[in-house]
Amino acid sequence: MQLSVPYVSFFVERFDEILALTVEHVEIIAVAMGLAIPIGVTVGVLISFNERVASTVIWLTGIMMTIPSIALFGLLIPVLGIGSPPVIFALVMYSQLPIVRNTYTGISQVADAQTEVGEGMGMTRKQRLRYVQLPIALPVIMAGLRNAVIIIVGVAAIGAFIGAGGLGDLIFKGIRLQNMNMIVVTTVVLSLLALTLDYGLGVVEQLLRLHNGEEIERAKLTHAIWSVIA
Amino acid sequence: MTSTIIDFENVTKEYPDGTVAIEDISFSVEEGTTTVFVGPSGCGKTTTMKLVNRLEELTSGKIYYDGQEIRSLDKIDLRRNIGYVIQEIGLFDHMTVAENVGMVPTLLEWDRARIDDRVDELLDLMDLPAETYRDQHPMELSGGQRQRVGVARALAADPDVMLMDEPFGALDPITREKLQDEFLEIQAQIDKTILFVTHDIDEALKMGDKIAIYRNGQIVQYDTPKEILTNPANDFVREFIGSDRLIKELKFMTAGDVMDETADVTGKTLSELGAAGVEFARNGQGYLTVERSETTHVALMKIYEGHVEGVLVTEGEEVVGTVTEADLKRNLSEGR
Repeated sequence: MQLSVPYVSFFVERFDEILALTVEHVEIIAVAMGLAIPIGVTVGVLISFNERVASTVIWLTGIMMTIPSIALFGLLIPVLGIGSPPVIFALVMYSQLPIVRNTYTGISQVADAQTEVGEGMGMTRKQRLRYVQLPIALPVIMAGLRNAVIIIVGVAAIGAFIGAGGLGDLIFKGIRLQNMNMIVVTTVVLSLLALTLDYGLGVVEQLLRLHNGEEIERAKLTHAIWSVIA
Repeated sequence: MTSTIIDFENVTKEYPDGTVAIEDISFSVEEGTTTVFVGPSGCGKTTTMKLVNRLEELTSGKIYYDGQEIRSLDKIDLRRNIGYVIQEIGLFDHMTVAENVGMVPTLLEWDRARIDDRVDELLDLMDLPAETYRDQHPMELSGGQRQRVGVARALAADPDVMLMDEPFGALDPITREKLQDEFLEIQAQIDKTILFVTHDIDEALKMGDKIAIYRNGQIVQYDTPKEILTNPANDFVREFIGSDRLIKELKFMTAGDVMDETADVTGKTLSELGAAGVEFARNGQGYLTVERSETTHVALMKIYEGHVEGVLVTEGEEVVGTVTEADLKRNLSEGR
């Protein structure tokens, strides 16, 4: 109990700063996801038309993930300068694997019979995507987004190293000043942020499944929201 | 004069790997009739159906839809004019019942109110009260209810032609029979041209105005159920109908088909016969009768169970003919 006192007092003293940086952190993630989702989903949809291209593209997105973030920033600075642009670019890259892969998987797992019925009813390829494939794939795509967000919450912290701001700022400062309280508290806030986003998006995923008529075990929040809207 | 709505002219479908799904098939379907394609699995019956809405493209020959070569028609328009029902998997589980039924009208860009009205009308026709079922998901329904939704969906845009690929195949026998009966009633009201695929000869005999029996990509007999039962084209058809062919005939033919109208009891009422002391078809319980539309199977059961030589065929109060064991024997194909 005594051990935690300095952390709590640090948190209380620096609350305003922590809050501002958290907001900044969320902004970076929001911008990155705002770019990553349309790109990733479009790529995922396009590659679903050709299996060979699909495995190549997914392999490439996997390769992108193996590039260490620090190295990637180094490579991007000459092109995009310092600050948030190279960081956002890197975050978009890192989020492609889960988004593209899940979009592709979600669409390919739609039963052939379902798409064929759509075709037999006179749906164009676009309408099949809109009415059949994407709605069925949506919960799986959502799971991919969730995955991507968790990954980039952590990577974005490293972005502070090249001046992107966010909670990473406090961690790097803590390392420089050898301030253990600062490092621990910021890390906990960062983890809580990741867990909250994960939970929130998990609820969205469950709501989408419920909307599709699936029988699932519901989280408490899902249940509460669903009973209000249904 | 009835006109044909679908004509196949020497149609062959060969897949790129060389498999010939159907070979040199020709037949015509009259407007407003039900034609059943029946045969063992892999015989080409489903392919025939998919050629009509161009889910498969033919290799050679010609198919006409209402007089026009189907390859000259727009695929998408053609499909929207043809209702399509497959086994229950064909429903979209992620949509509600109403969204499923309203799908083709949505594609046709009807306005919202018109779609809603149409959906309610069809659900009521299918005996699925709209206020209870429109917002449910297919997974919440029973197999029979799902199949009804499938039929309602195919009817939504009021197509002239319906393709039904084993629509009742996944149902238990009791539900299947019930749905078949309901569907026959509905068909009598809506008067669509229906192409129906099944592997079940009993279903074919029950549903079809015409039956095409398939074997290895060819039609071995294309005829009315009665002709197929009484004059099977060859041993394959005979075998396909099964060893209980006589029973099937009995269940298929009605008392009206075989009755003897020349007997002197015709034209009288039962009370008149009683007053005249006629003993024919009478046992301790009174006269044994069947309606004109009842099957010969029922007539035969009454003859055996009632220990009489024959039964009276009635229409309302009046006797219109008689059926005896000898009449049955004479009319069943084996007796000829």
